[in-house]
Amino acid sequence: MATRWFGAPVQRTEDPRLLRGRGSYVDDFDLPEMLHAAFLRSAYAHARIVHINTSAARELPGVHLVLTAGDLGELLEPSPLLVPHHALTQPRTQLPLARDVVNYVGEAVAMVVAENRYIAEDALDLIDVEYEPLPVVSSLEVAAMDNAPLVHVDVPGNVAAHLVQTVGDPDTVFTNAPHVIREHFVIDRGAAMPMECRGVVARWEPQEGSLTCWISTQGPIPIRNGLAAIFKLPEHKVRVIAPDVGGGFGTKIMMFYPEEILTPFAAIRLNRPVKWIEDRREHFISANQERSQSHDVEYAFDDQGILLAVRDTFLHDTGAYTPYGIIVPIITACTLPGPYRLKNYYSEFTVLYTNKVPVSPYRGAGRPHAVFIMERIMDGIARELHLDRAEVRSRNFIQPDEFPWDVGLVYQDGGPTKYDSGNYQAGLDKLKTLLDYDNFPAMQAEARKQGRCLGIGIGCYVEGTGIGPYEGAQVRVESDGRVFASTGITTQGQAHFTTFAQIVADQLGVDPKDVLVITGDTQAFNWGMGTYASRAATVAGSAMYLAAKKVREKAKQVAADLFEASPEDIELADGKVFVRDAPHRALTLGQVAISANPLRYAYGENARKLMSMKLAGPRPGPALPPERGGPGLEASEFYSPPHASFASGVHGAIIEVDPKTGMVSFLKYAAVHDCGKVINPVVVEGQVHGGVAQGIGGAFFERLVYNEEGQIINASFMDYLLPTAAEVPPIIVDHVETPSPLNPLGVKGAGEAGVIPVPALFASAIDDALSAFGVRVREMPLHPNRLFELLQEQQGG
Amino acid sequence: MQEQEEAPAFLEESDIAVIVNGHSYERRVPVRQLLSDFLRHELHLTGTHVGCEHGVCGCCTVLLNGEAIRSCLMFAVQADGMAITTIEGMAGNNSDLHPIQQAFMEKHGLQCGFCTPGIIMTVHSMLRDNPNPTEEEIRHELSGNICRCTGYQNIVEAVKLAAERMRAFQSESEMD
Repeated sequence: MATRWFGAPVQRTEDPRLLRGRGSYVDDFDLPEMLHAAFLRSAYAHARIVHINTSAARELPGVHLVLTAGDLGELLEPSPLLVPHHALTQPRTQLPLARDVVNYVGEAVAMVVAENRYIAEDALDLIDVEYEPLPVVSSLEVAAMDNAPLVHVDVPGNVAAHLVQTVGDPDTVFTNAPHVIREHFVIDRGAAMPMECRGVVARWEPQEGSLTCWISTQGPIPIRNGLAAIFKLPEHKVRVIAPDVGGGFGTKIMMFYPEEILTPFAAIRLNRPVKWIEDRREHFISANQERSQSHDVEYAFDDQGILLAVRDTFLHDTGAYTPYGIIVPIITACTLPGPYRLKNYYSEFTVLYTNKVPVSPYRGAGRPHAVFIMERIMDGIARELHLDRAEVRSRNFIQPDEFPWDVGLVYQDGGPTKYDSGNYQAGLDKLKTLLDYDNFPAMQAEARKQGRCLGIGIGCYVEGTGIGPYEGAQVRVESDGRVFASTGITTQGQAHFTTFAQIVADQLGVDPKDVLVITGDTQAFNWGMGTYASRAATVAGSAMYLAAKKVREKAKQVAADLFEASPEDIELADGKVFVRDAPHRALTLGQVAISANPLRYAYGENARKLMSMKLAGPRPGPALPPERGGPGLEASEFYSPPHASFASGVHGAIIEVDPKTGMVSFLKYAAVHDCGKVINPVVVEGQVHGGVAQGIGGAFFERLVYNEEGQIINASFMDYLLPTAAEVPPIIVDHVETPSPLNPLGVKGAGEAGVIPVPALFASAIDDALSAFGVRVREMPLHPNRLFELLQEQQGG
Repeated sequence: MQEQEEAPAFLEESDIAVIVNGHSYERRVPVRQLLSDFLRHELHLTGTHVGCEHGVCGCCTVLLNGEAIRSCLMFAVQADGMAITTIEGMAGNNSDLHPIQQAFMEKHGLQCGFCTPGIIMTVHSMLRDNPNPTEEEIRHELSGNICRCTGYQNIVEAVKLAAERMRAFQSESEMD
């Protein structure tokens, strides 16, 4: 593989547009005659709908349509269960509009379509819903109680799923282990909070019988397929476009959010374009959330600090529905062993319904929880045996010659949890250097003399990335020499327009600026899933590589025929195709593209140029020989990974805690990251920076607080605090590259990585800073108040 | 339609005249229309984004008579007679980006791009008032704009680079 552009810090081709304010996000589409939708959402976490009166709303001038469940007819079907699993015995998914019962604050109850959003919201105020409140399951603790109220009357004990997985023989090991510690850990809810909320614009073209939807989504192709089925349209008559998407982080990979069905439904019914844009308040109560789990953990280890066995029994809060199956707790269970040689492991989880916003993956997707627990275990061993925390990790690491390493569990994709490559000690060594780890104790002691509480923490993780089933790509050279490369995945800021262009440019000998990458448009590429699970670069990137390689081979064949040379002697560079050692025998890539299409009519400057050259005439036989595989310089390829590829990393930080206020500040933060071969280091580092910032939010600021009535009491950016530039420290990033043997590029996913180890290292650093107070952090997220309480508890008693 | 007299006060309309990015606009707008909605959906200047509608995230930041403000926190009628600069007015139709925009591109100071226009307007106002900010000052000034993608690091780097270039340009102009 030629690698002129692969690995280079190429500037993003998408930036000038976005920087000039010429991006096109969903709310930027204003179509002629367009109407605007708004949704009435349940004010109750759990209630029976006794009666809905919409007559006043319907009469409001400017209102075109008011819908409740009773108006939906065949549309009143629960959303599909995206990822069924045998352990998920009681799946429940949401209706587009609640019919008899509402199950969380924010569940959609009615839809209004009006001349503008202001009138639509006026009409919402005129809808009168009579509710009969039901007992609320406001937390995992309530859900798990004996005789708990039921979220769904037909789901006993609120249990959606129960799964046990065992590796080795943990029972025997626990019986004979020299040391066993039991602890309880809790992780609370947070949310992705992309800066752009969700949104849908739908346009129905009755003459063509075609539906076009612009949706702020991470998966337009599954949505296209679903909408075609719902509206009984041929798939090619439904076009779903994810235009510029202002962040997703998992919350926008869903099928369906109710609005994604109802907005096109209204557009078809009214025969006018309809727009719905989620506001931030709605986002807090109706876009999927994550993170809440409660773990009972036992761990056994020997005198040397070698981890012998882990028993982890945990409860997972799925909210009111299971739209995404049990992906998140499965990932937690499979991520927990991390970079360590854990050979005896009992994992049991129970998925419980609560009267809260449904749960689906949010960046990290079950992994920060698992890493928090395993790293707490490592710290627990170090504390018990008075060993250095980094040393305990080193003693337990899987060694570079032990790959592939089979953890022994079934991963989220149904494949093995089998690590393909890695070098964990190399990462830790780099991190220790970056943090000046060995000299920290002296620094800490010096600070303590001044009454300052400094702590250092590290967090190691292994992350399953790049799952299947597949993605595809089509690469096409047009007659002007520009290369169009399309794929079914989407982009929410990950720089695919640039990184995929780099991959293609290397194959075709062009500048990445001349490769126009198209993502997120079902008309540009028909097949695929979407961008989630840190898979786009690995899976779609590999497909891009394969398609571009095929086009390269085709260009060589076509040029070899024209020059009467051997394909092996043809080279592609600087936008030209030429005979090696005879560069005067050269055509532009565009001219080869023209020649690759055996037209009887050609036009333009390139055609005249081709005519003027002494090139070989057509070969005898068919104009398009079968081995060419079709006209033009165009090829489509698909890539389907054998199983997930496992990236890894280790982060560390030096923090200072003010025991008087509970406030924490970061003095230094370093991340060493291994995502295999790096396509564009600037992009990967940007992904890590952003992940760390979200991790810091998830560890210290962001907790969605539900009260006993199931109301989120901090549903605004005033109260749910996202970290700002003032809280996020400078982050030093370094790389280890252990190429993945699973795909042709040797890459692994990078998108979620940054967020994963932050709660773990944060807890470790706080323990260290407050060791004089005997603090042991067993919950996430903390926030200054809570940390202050923990200190008071320790001091009081 | 209801009679004009029966309409509640919030349905009233009012004439306004504003200058946006150097162009004069006269429009009749509902009195309750937010300035952000006016810019985006009346003038079709969709570069100004709306991220929270409660004045915290900073995506909708524009310059009003030169000051960085939240366009989601005021009504269009309140801008009557004022001059507004939006992201579209930074480089206009010039082929070159504004130095702040250029620095954001070179330093990878944006990912999804949704918060970027608001941040650039904030930075524009920041550097006018303080052409040589320290990193701490930059981070403090940026703390009214939330970015969920970048972790801010490359934004801070971009601001430093832009400040440096704009200072150099300023001293060159003064020498001329």
